[in-house]
Amino acid sequence: MNRHTLSVLVEDKPGVLARVAGLFSRRGFNIESLAVGPTEVADVSRMTIVVAVDELPLEQVTKQLNKLVNVLKIVELEPTVSVQRELLLVKVRTDATVRSQVLETVQLFRAKVVDVAPEALTVEATGTSDKLAALLRMLEPYGIREMVKSGMVAVGRGPRSITAAAVR
Amino acid sequence: MTTAKPRPAPLAGSPKPFPPPNRPLRVGTEPILVNGAQSLVRSLEAVGCEAVFGIPGGAILPAYDPLLDSTSVRHVLVRHEQGAGHAAAGYAQATGKVGVCMATSGPGATNLVTPLADAHLDSVPVVAITGQVPRALIGSDGFQEADICGITMPITKHNMLVTDPADIPRAIAEAFYLASSGRPGPVLVDLPKDILQAKTTFSWPPEMKLPGYRPTTRPHGKQIREAAKLIFAARRPVLYVGGGVIKAGAHQELRELAELTGAPVVTTLMARGAFPDSHPQHVGMPGMHGTVSAVAAMQRSDLLVALGARFDDRVTGQLSTFAPGAAVVHADIDPAEISKNRHADVPIVGDCKEVIAELIDAVRAEQAGAGGLADLSAWWRQLGDWRERFPLGYDWPADGSLSPEYVIERIGQIAGPDALYVAGVGQHQMWAAQFIRYERPRSWLNSGGLGTMGFAVPAAMGAKLGLPDKTVWCIDGDGCFQMTNQELATCAIENIPIKVAVINNGNLGMVRQWQNLFYDGRYSHTDLGTHKHRIPDFKLLAEAMGCVGLRGESREQVDGVINQAMAINDRPVVIDFVVGADAQVWPMVAAGTSNDEVMAARGIRPLFDDDDAGGAS
Repeated sequence: MNRHTLSVLVEDKPGVLARVAGLFSRRGFNIESLAVGPTEVADVSRMTIVVAVDELPLEQVTKQLNKLVNVLKIVELEPTVSVQRELLLVKVRTDATVRSQVLETVQLFRAKVVDVAPEALTVEATGTSDKLAALLRMLEPYGIREMVKSGMVAVGRGPRSITAAAVR
Repeated sequence: MTTAKPRPAPLAGSPKPFPPPNRPLRVGTEPILVNGAQSLVRSLEAVGCEAVFGIPGGAILPAYDPLLDSTSVRHVLVRHEQGAGHAAAGYAQATGKVGVCMATSGPGATNLVTPLADAHLDSVPVVAITGQVPRALIGSDGFQEADICGITMPITKHNMLVTDPADIPRAIAEAFYLASSGRPGPVLVDLPKDILQAKTTFSWPPEMKLPGYRPTTRPHGKQIREAAKLIFAARRPVLYVGGGVIKAGAHQELRELAELTGAPVVTTLMARGAFPDSHPQHVGMPGMHGTVSAVAAMQRSDLLVALGARFDDRVTGQLSTFAPGAAVVHADIDPAEISKNRHADVPIVGDCKEVIAELIDAVRAEQAGAGGLADLSAWWRQLGDWRERFPLGYDWPADGSLSPEYVIERIGQIAGPDALYVAGVGQHQMWAAQFIRYERPRSWLNSGGLGTMGFAVPAAMGAKLGLPDKTVWCIDGDGCFQMTNQELATCAIENIPIKVAVINNGNLGMVRQWQNLFYDGRYSHTDLGTHKHRIPDFKLLAEAMGCVGLRGESREQVDGVINQAMAINDRPVVIDFVVGADAQVWPMVAAGTSNDEVMAARGIRPLFDDDDAGGAS
């Protein structure tokens, strides 16, 4: 099964998230990641949904999504022609003896420290899921106290806009 | 960036006219001061709603006050909200208009769940209007609060909670438009009580805001030409006709296409009547209890032309062995149905009426180019052989009891093709689909997709209310009948004189048949006691409900009681037909098995026999 990234433009109405999420679970698809937020158009939200699914069931789920009255447009974003990013916040156990090593790793990944305490650092990083996984692997030996990751957001490369055509 | 199936842009003139042509819309109403409830009733009037089936209660109470004064909307007070939902569906299926049901919040609304799921699976245009607790109480587990929008999300085409009284006209207009356009389906509008009580203004028509809803009705020309080529080239084609043809009002076009191509036609359970049973090209109903000729025709076909059908498991049997040699042309208004179960070689998204009309032109062009019709004579010889060797039939029970098939057949013969037949779910439903001859669309109503026992009595009530001049026969089982017969009281009081034939075999017959075939005849909890104890006595029950109660127990009595029922038009009639418990529905494709294993009767497998003899192509 391949991972697919779907950008779904929806009307910003109550219950839309439940409709979309419910449709996925009802038809037996597992959502790997989900991010929802506003767009440049008022009353239009954008969901970025990552699913692991074969080509044929993907077509079916896309068609079913299209049937939801509040769904305006669905576009699949291929990784090669889009920018895909996740945000990671991770709290790493750090005392004076290892702090410099941790900071070095943070710099290597062009991440940044956003909070410092005597026994811990909180690191903020953005990137593809591969890059964030690599960062986590490097930080793991020091001890990860807490981590949180956003769903993926993605936008197609080039000048075209998917919202422009969808909204009048 | 790849675009994953963007929606096709709407074509000029493509959306179905709204409201449906037979409903004049009052336009240009100046805004007037009203309360929410008045706005609701005025909206229903403006959209052309003639009938509402419902029960009042706390949260919907404000709506019932202006309803009392409405001269154009008739409210039918039912006995259970499930009855309201099925009645709305029966009304819609019989008339082609939108059926409307109304219920209060909480239990009133949840009682609509079954009929909404039913209408969803059978694509019936129904609008449900439910009361909700006041906005301030939503989410507080208030008295009679249920999140009906959340509950019905997967079983409605769309639903909406109205949060501003000014939105009521728009919500109603949108609900009717959504329910009746594209692939029809149920839409629920949830109205908090304080919205119904609030001061607001009413003006008509409202502006609908449905930017994400653009059903495609006009088919793609290239696909039509591709399909026509395949149809012309096929030597063993089958027109596989589903309920979409009836919904699109495409029966005349279908007949023209069938006669133009000379291809055999099969009509699914939802499409009975879309093509006349008496037509020589009709080879029967396909599916689990379809005719051998229809099942075999699909299995051996080289081209299936699916028109408004959805390759349901009850039609295909085991999917992997279904019609193995057939290419597929699949036309449906819902793109999600195409290639959902079976890959379509030529997908056509569009309204069946337009699709078939364009197919006719394209096939004509093919035929003109080739200088004549394709030769299907070998195919018809094969089809004729199946029809001749395995006609529908039944044996009289060995124990001397009354044959249920005979009863149903006689009702069909006496009432004729002009009547409407409404069935519940089970053996009687299959026999009614098999042994009544359907000659016109919308003369056969049943619960196909969901298989809702108890559908028949309320649906027949809705159908009769919509078409008061038609004879409406409700053919029900004793199991089904005991689920919703309280609506007989509604029929008696509201003067909706339906005729009910209870095919009383004393059992949950279809389950008993499966227990006989697959569970060694261990009849676990299928005997209802309506034979042994005669509890309830359906004749007395009918009389208690204000209906005429009759009973038929022998072959000699059958015609007499049917004719008696036909002569009564001022009251509902119920006939208790006491029939044998052991009759079974044949032919049959056992669940999950291949259609190749269709059994004409127990142990007789025509297609296997053919293969053994090397007879089939």
